Amino acid sequence: MLKVKNLHSYYGGIHALKSVSLELSQGEIVTLIGANGAGKSTTLMSICGIVPPRYGEIFFMGQPIHHMSPDKIFALGIVQVPEGRRIFADLTVTENLDMGAYLRNDKAGIRKDMEYIFNLFPRLAERRRQLGGTLSGGEQQMLAISRGLMSRPKLLLLDEPSLGLAPVLVQLIFETIQKINQENKTTIFLVEQNANMSLRIAHRGYVMESGVIALEDTAANLLKSEKVKAAYLGL
Amino acid sequence: MKTDWKPLMQRVSSEMIKSIVVSLWFVFLTFPLMVMKIRPLDQTIEWRWMNLVYVGVGAFFLSFVWRYLMARKERGSEKDEGDSWQKRIGMKIRSDKRISVSGLIGVGIFVLIFPFLFSSYQTSIMITALMYVMLGLGLNIVVGLAGLLDLGYVAFYAVGAYFYALMNHHFGIGFWAALPFAGGLAAVFGILLGFPVLRLKGDYLAIVTLGFGEIIRLILENWNELSYGPSGIAGISRPGFFGFEFTLQQHTVYLFYIMVALVALTTIVVSRLRNSRIGRAWIALREDEVACQAMGIDKTRTKLTAFALGATWAGFVGCIFAAKTTFINPASFTFMESAMILSIVVLGGMGSIVGVMVGALVLILLPEYLRAFSEYRMLAFGASMVIIMVFRPQGIISGIRQRYEFRKQPQQEVSP
Ligand SMILES: Nc1ncnc2c1ncn2[C@@H]1O[C@H](COP(=O)(O)OP(=O)(O)O)[C@@H](O)[C@H]1O
Ligand SMILES: [Mg+2]
Repeated sequence: MLKVKNLHSYYGGIHALKSVSLELSQGEIVTLIGANGAGKSTTLMSICGIVPPRYGEIFFMGQPIHHMSPDKIFALGIVQVPEGRRIFADLTVTENLDMGAYLRNDKAGIRKDMEYIFNLFPRLAERRRQLGGTLSGGEQQMLAISRGLMSRPKLLLLDEPSLGLAPVLVQLIFETIQKINQENKTTIFLVEQNANMSLRIAHRGYVMESGVIALEDTAANLLKSEKVKAAYLGL
Repeated sequence: MKTDWKPLMQRVSSEMIKSIVVSLWFVFLTFPLMVMKIRPLDQTIEWRWMNLVYVGVGAFFLSFVWRYLMARKERGSEKDEGDSWQKRIGMKIRSDKRISVSGLIGVGIFVLIFPFLFSSYQTSIMITALMYVMLGLGLNIVVGLAGLLDLGYVAFYAVGAYFYALMNHHFGIGFWAALPFAGGLAAVFGILLGFPVLRLKGDYLAIVTLGFGEIIRLILENWNELSYGPSGIAGISRPGFFGFEFTLQQHTVYLFYIMVALVALTTIVVSRLRNSRIGRAWIALREDEVACQAMGIDKTRTKLTAFALGATWAGFVGCIFAAKTTFINPASFTFMESAMILSIVVLGGMGSIVGVMVGALVLILLPEYLRAFSEYRMLAFGASMVIIMVFRPQGIISGIRQRYEFRKQPQQEVSP
């Protein structure tokens, strides 16, 4: 479904991605783990076109997308839930969700999807008229994921959804991610520092170290790997 | 109680000492100006010691009041009165249809009989104020909603005015025929300005738009073949009304009603825009560009729409301005105009329609009625700006945005 080939991305003179190659198949949950500053977020930003790659190729369902603008890539069905939630503080929960459906015009469909989301996260339903900026961290994360879902993505890119959340909420978020994957057949690319949790729900995983992919295997194998255990699972 | 009094007294005395220092400084600084008066004729110096006392006492008093207000402001923000009475009243007016409807009807009736209650001169001033309401509402789209600081807004005003003036001068085209095209042309100029400045933010955007405004003015001043230079264009036709012949007074009344209608139209359009998807996209883009891009919002198009839609209103008002004064020259389109319109938006309350209206009426009408102070106008202007920015940074009336939501069947209400 998504094929990334020898991707190089830069921030000015900083070489953030050094020949990154990845592949995702339809319906999978694939996780990308790595330490802070490894280049995980940059990988997602490059796939979305927000930080356009300098060299390399990205194909989505066979179509080259590495030269496209972010809104075109979004229209194809690749949606990112960025790190740090980035909720619109001055808009209400419902308005935030509607921003996620920015390119859609089917009112009935949007309404239906909102109902789906309010069932997925009842906490958001109670707070639908509240301003985004007044939500707690966990609620903001729920809203960020929901906002991403509002465009009915084919591929959902999640950047550290568990960042800064209490363990109970982390559990809830990961369960919901799994549910989204199973119910809607949405392909999910999950960037995490919480390697333990993400490898448990993922099918496959990549390990990134300073801008290069260091390891790639099934999630079960990575969980058993001595190297991953030592470096990312704290065992 | 004793323990309560002591720190307060200490605080007051320390504040007083600070104010005394300030007043001594002022006395020192203004000494040569205020106290000494040289009489060149008989080569003597007059010492006006009383002035020294006035300056000293005045500076001390003002500085103390300032300190007191600042302290109160800090205390207020500590308490954080989130739901202040203004907000509650605003919400109440919004929610209670009867209050808002009767208020609207009252204002409407007052406006409709205004020209019959007041003199032609007053009506004319009111027309000017209404023009600035429209300009403010237009700039509010760019600055208040989209968060793009545009200091060259007057350029679009000039485009509208010169478009009508030239069309009328060369081809005899009437006001009503020119009006829509004046807005359209201004929108085109808005996009022209928008393209190069899209990548800029904050200060840089402000500087470039400021430059754009000046460029348009300089072109008008120097391109004699097109714009007749500094001497301007005279004899522009007033708005026609099915070929009726109006007296000057009737023209003023007619223009007043045109303005009222246009302001009403602007208000409706702007408030609909604000609660539309594009309006929310502007707000979202102002808050977080990356998140917007992640939501598939086309940054370029959204910003250009804001520039174009904002400029359109300036184009309309420009056309009206030319028709009202029947004479225009580049001197009417200086940076001061942009600053004035921006002040209206900022003082009134960014993003708030009622705020902008209040801002325009205050800033345009007050100086007119305080002619005596006209020399100190800019001084009072600056001072009031500083004071409002310090004590009410959200503007006189802050925007209470209408909430937008999808209705849901009540029985499906989900519980935790
Ligand atoms: N906006 C930016 N400007 C400059 N350098 C950046 C920027 N964002 C990230 N970087 C750098 O790129 C590298 C990768 O960062 P990032 O992709 O955010 O890592 P991760 O998400 O894995 O923590 C880091 O060295 C970081 O300092
Ligand atoms: Mg990151």
